[in-house]
Amino acid sequence: MGARSLRGKAVVAGIGETPYYKHGHSPDSEFKLALKAILAAANDAGINPKDIDGFASYSNDRNDPSRLAAALGTRELRFSNMQWGGGGGGGAAAIGNAAAAVATGLADCVVVFRALAQGQFARFGQGQPVKTISGDMAMQAPYGLMSPAQRYAMKCMRFMHDYDVKHEAMRAVSMASYQHAQANQRAVMYGRPLSEDDYDASRWIVEPWRLFDCCQENDGAAAIIILPADRAKDIPHKPSFILGAAGGSDHRCAAPSHNHPNYASANFSSVAPRLYEMAGVTASDVDVLQSYENFTGGVMMSIVEHGFCKPEEVNEFFKPETFYAPNGALPLNTSGGNLAECYMHGLELQIEAVRQLRGTSTSQVKDPDISMVIAGPMVTPVSNCIFGSEATI
Amino acid sequence: MSVGYLPEGLPIPVPENDNLSKPYWDGLMQERLMVQRCKSCNTWIWGPEWICHACHSFDLEWQEIEGLGQIYSWERPWHPVHSALKGHGPYLIVLVELPYAGNIRMIGNLLGRPEQEVTIGAKVKIAFEHHKDADPPHTLAQWKLI
Repeated sequence: MGARSLRGKAVVAGIGETPYYKHGHSPDSEFKLALKAILAAANDAGINPKDIDGFASYSNDRNDPSRLAAALGTRELRFSNMQWGGGGGGGAAAIGNAAAAVATGLADCVVVFRALAQGQFARFGQGQPVKTISGDMAMQAPYGLMSPAQRYAMKCMRFMHDYDVKHEAMRAVSMASYQHAQANQRAVMYGRPLSEDDYDASRWIVEPWRLFDCCQENDGAAAIIILPADRAKDIPHKPSFILGAAGGSDHRCAAPSHNHPNYASANFSSVAPRLYEMAGVTASDVDVLQSYENFTGGVMMSIVEHGFCKPEEVNEFFKPETFYAPNGALPLNTSGGNLAECYMHGLELQIEAVRQLRGTSTSQVKDPDISMVIAGPMVTPVSNCIFGSEATI
Repeated sequence: MSVGYLPEGLPIPVPENDNLSKPYWDGLMQERLMVQRCKSCNTWIWGPEWICHACHSFDLEWQEIEGLGQIYSWERPWHPVHSALKGHGPYLIVLVELPYAGNIRMIGNLLGRPEQEVTIGAKVKIAFEHHKDADPPHTLAQWKLI
């Protein structure tokens, strides 16, 4: 591996979460949620929160690192980082940014965090109450195209057309998330199992997506502490090394008015190969996958673009059994993910990927070494990352 | 009563404060479909931009094109995400590819029954939907099957 790689140069030291709530139900303010998650992650890592010297987030998180550093009594702030654009597509990129910071000496201890309190602030899935609109959204909102689901449904519809994909393929993604949430008491959908009939009977949100194809919206916060790899020996857990991270999107992905040339896509066509190259693994090496579900169709295209099956094989590959831990061919979203654990904007998926390597998931895969995360399909930029056990270093 | 396919009250399109897309919106009000084309290398540009993505020329012109295309993709929203759409029911959005302008794509509603079956590849033509009494007045580019 050349010098210009993150492979094995940073390690996850701690993970932390607040309880997860339905949107609008957090008893705490968003900033307080962020603080609680960061303290939980520091405690899990066995470090003093005042030793955190860097903050990395995404999707314009509202909790400014300077305020966090002041509130936490941070001794010295050295890294204040925001992945620009892409909403939840920045989740894995934020891990990569933090890893890059500690690998290069910009900082010694970086926390990746995300906090959401949608009672305090606006929800994602509603159009904004404005009188006039300009720019790219002027080509969309007057036609009733406003929400994220509406923004991406036509990409999925075209993909389904091109490869004759059946709705059952997307249903399998939803089934996997709900199945795994039933084992996870932290999950908002714990105790609320989903049957295929429930899925089929659910209302359309925007065709081709039904209610259970769409993520929840939630309140809560999550945090992950990243240290340079030479500190792995100090960590009170089995270490999870960052083997690689990538972020971006392919040629003219954001061309306005849906003019992205590679339209029927989750936008990983260039990002997936770069991740595998840095991590030195292929799809067949991946033991367990967390793949961001804004909408199930995005997971479907992500899995194809990461080489787990060919687009022509989707109907065959996308069966619930494929995705169920521990014995499925590709255990998927093993905490319940955005659909059924919590829409913590995908940071909960990163935490679950680490839990799998520690052996502490509620839907544990047997002795995994390669744990992968895909963040925010269909947006731009998207990102992904791979964590590896000590055996992979 | 709405003059349009969708109820009144959705956001009204206006040009940006740098007027980048003003020729497009002005054109629609005159029932002309205007898009950008690079004068240096003839690349069609959509949506509006200040530079040609192929050759980096800033010398772009607005050209009128035929409002003829084919459905590249579509969706049928049911869940209302805006107060103006509450209780309205489903509607159709199409992404239309314009073969006479470098296969650029435009978004609009597909006129007719919202429950109709939609076929990717179906030929469509533009329908200018005038909102003359709106504030500000404007015209939307809608699509109907040929």
